[in-house]
Amino acid sequence: MPLKTEEMLLNVGPQHPSTHGVLRLEVTTDGELVTSAEPTIGYLHRCFEKYAETLTYQQIIPYTDRLDYLSSMNNNFGFVVAVEKLMGIHVCERAERIRVIMAELNRIASHLMFIGSFSNDLGAMTPFLWCFRDREEILKIFEEVSGARLLYNYYRIGGLAADLTPGIEEKIYSFLNQFEAHMLELDDLFTRNAIVIARLKGVGMIPREMAIAYGLSGPMLRASGVDWDCRRDEPYSIYASLRFEVPVGGEKLGALGDCYARYLVRRAEIDQSVSLVRQCLADIPPGDVKEQVKRNVRPPVGEVYVRTENPRGEIGFYLRSDGSTKPSRVKVRAPSFCNMSVFSRISKDILVADMIAILGSVDIVLGEIDR
Amino acid sequence: MQEMYETLLAALGAERVIPFSVGFAVLAVVFALFAAIMGAVVALIMVLAERKISADIQERIGPNRVGPMGFFQTVADAVKLLTKENVLPRKADSILHYCAPTLVFTGALLPVAAIAWSNRIVAADLNIGVLYVVGTASLGVIGRLMAGWASNNKWSLLGGMRAAGQMISYEIPNSIAILSVIVLAGTLNLQELSEAQMGGIHQWFVFRSPFAFVACLIYLLSSLAEVNRTPFDLPEAESELVSGYHTEYSGIRWAIFMMSEYIGMVVVNAVAVALFFGGWNGGLPGEPLLGGWIWYLLKIAVLMYCQVWIRFVLPRLRIDQLMSLCWKNLVPLGFLALLGASVQALLGPTGQRVMMVAAWLVFGGFVTLLFVAVRKTRHVPAQGGFSG
Repeated sequence: MPLKTEEMLLNVGPQHPSTHGVLRLEVTTDGELVTSAEPTIGYLHRCFEKYAETLTYQQIIPYTDRLDYLSSMNNNFGFVVAVEKLMGIHVCERAERIRVIMAELNRIASHLMFIGSFSNDLGAMTPFLWCFRDREEILKIFEEVSGARLLYNYYRIGGLAADLTPGIEEKIYSFLNQFEAHMLELDDLFTRNAIVIARLKGVGMIPREMAIAYGLSGPMLRASGVDWDCRRDEPYSIYASLRFEVPVGGEKLGALGDCYARYLVRRAEIDQSVSLVRQCLADIPPGDVKEQVKRNVRPPVGEVYVRTENPRGEIGFYLRSDGSTKPSRVKVRAPSFCNMSVFSRISKDILVADMIAILGSVDIVLGEIDR
Repeated sequence: MQEMYETLLAALGAERVIPFSVGFAVLAVVFALFAAIMGAVVALIMVLAERKISADIQERIGPNRVGPMGFFQTVADAVKLLTKENVLPRKADSILHYCAPTLVFTGALLPVAAIAWSNRIVAADLNIGVLYVVGTASLGVIGRLMAGWASNNKWSLLGGMRAAGQMISYEIPNSIAILSVIVLAGTLNLQELSEAQMGGIHQWFVFRSPFAFVACLIYLLSSLAEVNRTPFDLPEAESELVSGYHTEYSGIRWAIFMMSEYIGMVVVNAVAVALFFGGWNGGLPGEPLLGGWIWYLLKIAVLMYCQVWIRFVLPRLRIDQLMSLCWKNLVPLGFLALLGASVQALLGPTGQRVMMVAAWLVFGGFVTLLFVAVRKTRHVPAQGGFSG
């Protein structure tokens, strides 16, 4: 007599140790096998886009902090670049350099958070705390320049909220030196760990075509072998004058488009960001970083779409101005949202543990998905 | 124990006052209570040790608020857990839910009785001691399956199933590895096993036979799986199954699961020490200095440290990798070791000496390999370089 078996509907989240926020997955399982996984989002929706229409441009900046709360500097950056493009403002060299330093430091912090939570998803606890130890140093630097540890509200349209504090350069330098040694230790502990490789190799494959079709961006896209980075291919700020490489999955960094490649690409991006911070720190010209515009800016009638490279991918700001002090429409293209779209496609006929690994490798932030 | 009882009564001069059966029963209960309390104390110490060691590995401070250097942290935790509500999930099978922790705890505690802590301290000097330990230690899996099933929670169910599958699989290489030493020693009695390894460190089984060395590695690996520790902590895989089979347990019942885990660790390590690392022998010829139990506990502590160390360094395996490691690697290797050990058991004194040299060679080769591997991979960028 054939044994009658039944699929089990499993609710992963919104409260679950590894859904990285309030994500809910409706998973059907056949024993340990996941037959389908559908994400349900919206538990963190805050109407950011609609609410932004009631705020002046400068007032919107703190709200962009809360999109991808792990990379607030980068969110600020994208938004102010969009408004500046709409208004045609030129920002002084000093401010641009500090902006890039902070954005890249924030990229490092965000990728550290990724490595930490990803390793935790795989059951390793120590990399998590090691990453947080280094992230803490970055947060201290941010606290010193901006006064906040997580939601910085540091960039302004046409400049920055505050100049660098005296002596901060040395602190950043000493952090970077220490950090590079720590990263080598992390590689010993985690990157080349046999179990890590066994768990990640060939899991959650996203071929090049699928990555493009789903509109993936950032490390997710590059891990699949697409050589695209906004900072290099559509440069904003001063990225055109800086030297850096864009790590792409494939030959050098793992197989094409599996979880391990996604991890390695982010790991390699940390090194590139360190190099970018060093380049910018090397010669910061003197100047006044305070914004040279009025507090209530009135951009000319028109619309603009600017995309910048966030740690999680391209964040796009679409703004439409009717000439008043408030935008008439704000739309955010959130990288986590687009990256998450591929999740249910690659989470079929895998084991429960693989599903958690894939979810970790997508590196979502719910604040950005739900906005 | 009967012997011990008689000497005790004789010392008190009470052998004629109390009937033998009553006295024996009372003493048995006292011993059992003592064992349970010791179990709790061991768990208290181990939880603190684990937190301190993990803090050291992770560059944290660890508990440091309660008592000097946080020594009473686990006491405070225990008090908290005792006073917490025991939540029973709706529609849970209440009887099974209540029974499960007790059964797991029993399974963890029963083997302690047969362990020979020194040439004098042993609660039950059983002639089938090893068999008894292996048999009773695997009782816990029933409790875990019960807990998983009775909680009316899908995560618990998955965890319970994983626990059952994993533990039943790993019993096999575990038992084969134990058998390899039993064949060499020719006894199942834990006391006699220790006595067989008297006369210095070179008499320890792990250094006496290359097959015992292989068996030792298999035993240490599979015992990690037996007690659900990383990288084999799948039944309670925190990031996947919330908390596995004990997701729905709270308060003291949850604490009992935790205590069982730590007592289980002590038991598997105690067996490892008895089988491979000389039991209560100090490592020098003659009587162990300061009493055998100190050496026994010291060796257990070293092995425990290794288990904690492994937990905080390695990630978790996937269920299919776990099973294939067991069935495709450990079981065949275990049978080879058993075969080799059986052949060695037939050899004469010269053959034994040759085998001892072979064991040291294997041990040396293993350590060298480890050393070379660490030197080769330390601080090397993966996959041909990140910086490009």
